[in-house]
Amino acid sequence: MNAVDKSLTQEQESRIIAASISEASVKFGTLTALRDISLEIDSGDFYTILGPSGCGKSTLLRLVSDLVPPASGSVKIFGKSTEAARLAREFAFVFQDSTLLPWRNALKNVELPLEIGRKRNIKLPTGDRTPHELLELVGLKGREDALPHELSGGMRQRVAIARALVCQPKLLLMDEPFGALDEMTRDHLNLQLLDIWKETGTTILFVTHSIPEAIFLGQKVLMLKANPGRVKDVINIDLPMPRKIALREDPSFNNYCSQLRKLLEDC
Amino acid sequence: MSTSETTIAKPSYRLSGHTVKRLYNLSIPLGTAIALLLIWQLGVRIFNVPIYIAPAPSDVADIFYREFPLLMRNFWPTFMESVAGFFIGNLTAVLIAIAFVHSRLVERAFFPIAVFINTIPILAIAPILVLIFGPGMTAKVVIAALICFFPTLVNMVRGLQSVSPQALELARILSASKSEVFWKIRLPSSLPFMFSALKIASTTCVIGAIVGEWIGANVGLGALIIESTFNFRAPLLYATVFISSGLSVLLFVSVTIAEKLIIRW
Repeated sequence: MNAVDKSLTQEQESRIIAASISEASVKFGTLTALRDISLEIDSGDFYTILGPSGCGKSTLLRLVSDLVPPASGSVKIFGKSTEAARLAREFAFVFQDSTLLPWRNALKNVELPLEIGRKRNIKLPTGDRTPHELLELVGLKGREDALPHELSGGMRQRVAIARALVCQPKLLLMDEPFGALDEMTRDHLNLQLLDIWKETGTTILFVTHSIPEAIFLGQKVLMLKANPGRVKDVINIDLPMPRKIALREDPSFNNYCSQLRKLLEDC
Repeated sequence: MSTSETTIAKPSYRLSGHTVKRLYNLSIPLGTAIALLLIWQLGVRIFNVPIYIAPAPSDVADIFYREFPLLMRNFWPTFMESVAGFFIGNLTAVLIAIAFVHSRLVERAFFPIAVFINTIPILAIAPILVLIFGPGMTAKVVIAALICFFPTLVNMVRGLQSVSPQALELARILSASKSEVFWKIRLPSSLPFMFSALKIASTTCVIGAIVGEWIGANVGLGALIIESTFNFRAPLLYATVFISSGLSVLLFVSVTIAEKLIIRW
C-alpha cells in the first residue's frame, strides 16, 4: 500500500508535460473560436479530440502548433513557447489532405522537412530512422519513387505521416488525417498509427469527427462544445492497449460509444 | 507445347494490334487533310483559277522545291527573332510576376501599365518600335517579346499564387523562410501555369516577328510575304505561309516536349 503510494508520487514528480494550455482563447475578428481552454497533456499520451462541427477542434491544433496566436492565455510545449517549439521541430502536423508536393516522389516528400532550414543552421533533430526506414514503417517499402498521383489516398496519407515523423517529433498533431478515407483503409491505418505511437513513444493529439475512431485510438477523449469552443469533458478510455479491430464488437466499446454520443448531443 | 507456342505468339499479336490501332488513329486526320488538298487541286483546275489568285497545291509544292534555298534564307532570321523574343518576353514576364507576387505595391504600381500596353494592338505599336530600334533585328525581337509578355505575366502570377493554404501552413510549421517557400513550393507549383503560357507564346512570338518584318525588313518570312504579294507570286506566298506555320509548330512542339520532360505530375 505504502509502496504503491510512493511509486505514484514518484511518477507524478517525473511527469513530463507535452503541452500545457492555460486559459487560452482564440479570436478571429469578433468571433471567439476558443474560450478559456485549460489543458495539460502528459508526454506519451494519445488524445483524441471530438466535438460538434465548428467547435474549434482544428483551431485548437492550430493554436498548439503556432499557426494561430492566442488572444489571451498561454500555450507551452515541453515548457517552451510554441514558437521556440516550432523552431526546434518539437511537433509535427498531419493535415486532413495529405499536402504532399505533387512534383516530389514519396521519398523526397518525406525528406522535405530535412531540407528546410538546413542552410540557415536551424538545428534539426535527426531521428533514429532514415526516410527510407520511415516509409518502411508506414508500409510503403518499394514505393519510394512513386509520385503522389500514383498513390492511393491512404498511401498518400501514410507518406504524410512518415514525413511528420522524420524529425522525430515529441508531439504529433493530426487534424482528421483519415477523414477522407474509406472505412477499410481507415481501420488499417488506425491500427498502424497505434503501432507507430507505441514504437515511437510520441504524444498524439488527434482530431476526428468519428466517435468509434476517437474511442478506438484514444487513451483520453477530449470533448469540446461549440459557440464558443470550450472543453466540455475529458473521458478516460479504459480499454486494453494493444487494441484489435475485434474490440469494436466489445460491449464496453459500445458503452463508450453511447456515452460519447449522449455527451455530443448535449453540446 | 501448344501452350508455349500461344504464349510466344500472343505478345507479337498484341504489339501488331497496337501498331495497327495507332496507324488507324493517324490515318483519319491524315486522310482528311489529303482529301481537302485533292479537292483544292481539282477545284482550281476545274474552274481554271489563275495561278496568281489561287495556286494549286502542286504549284505550291513545285515552288517549295525550287525555291527552297530562298525560303530557308528567310526562315532563319525569323526563327532567330522569334526565339530571342520568346526568351526575352517570357523571362521578363516571369521576373515581373515574381515581383508582383512578393510586393502588392509593385503590382498596384505596374499592373495597370501592363494592361494598358496589352490593349495597344500589336500592329499599331510595331511601327513605333521600328522607328525607335531601326530596321534591324532588334525591333522584331522586341515586338515578338512584347506579344509574349502579357499572357505569360497573367498566367505566372496565377501560378505563383496557386499554392494551397495547407502547403503554406506546412511551410510555416517547418519554419521555412520566404526564399525556401519560393524555391521549394511556389515556383514548382507555378510550372504547369508557366507551360500553358509558354505554349501560347510559342506561336504568338512568330506572329510578332512576322508583323515586325512587314513594317520594314529586307529578310525574313514577313518580308518575303510582302514581297511575293506585291509581285503576284502567289505560289511563293503560299509556300512562305506554310513555312511560317511550320516555324510555329516547331516551337510549339519544342515547348510541349520540354513540358512532358519537366512536368511529370
